[in-house]
Amino acid sequence: MARTPADLVGAQPGPPFRITFDGRPVTALPGQSVAAALWAAGILAWRTTRNAGRPRGAFCGIGQCYDCLATVNGEPNRRACLVPARPGDAITTQEGHGRAGLGV
Amino acid sequence: MPVSGSEPYDLAVIGAGPAGLAGAVAAADMGLKVALLDASAHTGGQFYRTPHPALGAVRPEALHHDWSGYADLRGRLAQSRIRHLPGHHVWSVTNESADVGATWAVHAVTGADGGDGRPVRLRARAVLLATGAYERHLPIPGWTLPGVVAAGGAQAMLKSGLVLPGRRIVVAGSGPLLLAVASALAAAGARVPAVVEASGYLRYARHPRALVTNPHKSAEALVHGTALLRHRVRVRMRSAVTEVHGTDRVEAVTVTRLDKNWRPAQGAGRRIQCDALAVGHGLMPQIELATTLGCASRSLPDGTRALAVDRLQETSVRGLWAAGETGGVGGAALARTEGELAGIAAAARLLGRLAPSGRVRALQRRRDRMRAFVDVMAAAHAPGPGWSRWLTDETEVCRCEEVTAGRIREAVEDLGARDARTVKLLTRAGMGWCQGRMCGAAVACLAACGRADGLPVERRPLAVPVPLAVLAGLDDPDGKPAGAPSYRPST
Repeated sequence: MARTPADLVGAQPGPPFRITFDGRPVTALPGQSVAAALWAAGILAWRTTRNAGRPRGAFCGIGQCYDCLATVNGEPNRRACLVPARPGDAITTQEGHGRAGLGV
Repeated sequence: MPVSGSEPYDLAVIGAGPAGLAGAVAAADMGLKVALLDASAHTGGQFYRTPHPALGAVRPEALHHDWSGYADLRGRLAQSRIRHLPGHHVWSVTNESADVGATWAVHAVTGADGGDGRPVRLRARAVLLATGAYERHLPIPGWTLPGVVAAGGAQAMLKSGLVLPGRRIVVAGSGPLLLAVASALAAAGARVPAVVEASGYLRYARHPRALVTNPHKSAEALVHGTALLRHRVRVRMRSAVTEVHGTDRVEAVTVTRLDKNWRPAQGAGRRIQCDALAVGHGLMPQIELATTLGCASRSLPDGTRALAVDRLQETSVRGLWAAGETGGVGGAALARTEGELAGIAAAARLLGRLAPSGRVRALQRRRDRMRAFVDVMAAAHAPGPGWSRWLTDETEVCRCEEVTAGRIREAVEDLGARDARTVKLLTRAGMGWCQGRMCGAAVACLAACGRADGLPVERRPLAVPVPLAVLAGLDDPDGKPAGAPSYRPST
């Protein structure tokens, strides 16, 4: 019986690489989305809501719900479940609408 | 705006899932020049989502049923002259000609999440809409906690990224997708302490004819049922997760018995420890590109709305065909059948000749047989009016705008709102990033106070977010976008 999803499909991924989440190193596999890499590291939240400041992460997983918005390399409002992780990506928790610097 | 030198196409197919792939290859086989657009980097749609090639999956079929059907379509696409345009998020289809139905323009933005801001406009003489469906959600107290994920979302993340949201995952909601999700999660190593189904499967037994004429569906249920038994997954019928517990993430859920109207039983439910909840209440056709163009829609037995199509899959707007879940959720085999039918019908029309009648009749018979089954399925899993009884005033209904059930009830009971649109104007429910895709069904139900009115027609002039520079560039005579977009609109 498969113990992991990778076992189930006999995955032989390319070499893993490093991204960071709020400065802390996270290992990602080539082909994984930002959200998948974070889930694999046990990280389920990377956004706080605009009103109550509550944590959110990927909900629908297919680009429809926008719960998974993250700041990727300084750019806010990227849909983490769709955007592929790339070596050296810096993911940071998106606060609210992600434009705190604009004061809007 | 960049326009391909090979334009116009005969047929633009939007969506590269089973319906779109089948339609594209059928039309190309008959000689049409076809463009196949899809938001994803790979074909397959949500059903045949596969691990990225870089993940080196030797057995991607281990995550799927009916893999050979997809492998065949993928092979035919590779051998065809179809122009496959992955990473294209179609945000609008417009009629560019004074002669109705003569020429369509398909507008898309490119990139993994549409964020590259490169606008594409493509012209075609006919369009096949195969945009599929997304999940319907009913809110639950605590459902915004990290670790609560869509049932289909958990499956999608597993299929494409080989990841799980937790180690111990409760699967809950309604509909046959739950069984597929639970067996996939268990096969991939998760513990699934329970599948919680709000309806029952006994209602299928009232329609023996639909069951007997669709043996593949019974076989599919048997495969999932056997897998669940092997993994010791308990299926609880007529029950719902009525509360999710945790502070910063899921720690447990409460499962409560429901009556036949989905009203939760009084008293304490059963608490199940878990670190994730995968939840969904069926699927909703994704039809906004068509409704914006005036295509007629129809209500389905589960309260969702689908496009109305004729015997040859053409919508009420001439030159615009639809196949698969856009016409009502029915699964991959039905989507393939309808896609092929639509592709053949569109080709016959554009080439000015008769469609091969034997093949058309065989496809129509198969479609009608499967549609009869999915009507039974939709009725069996339609949400009962009592579900709103598990909401507390503090339960968030609109995830984007953080609008609670209490504020929606206030809009309905005190301020006189009787429909989702009025609730939206009074509370901002459905006004956020997702434009009501997550909360629309629940808000409509709460606004109707349990009346079975069905869902309103979804009208979203922009089907996906579009940078303002792309819209500004539409009027540019040179067709160039007005500079690189530096601002990403939130809706």
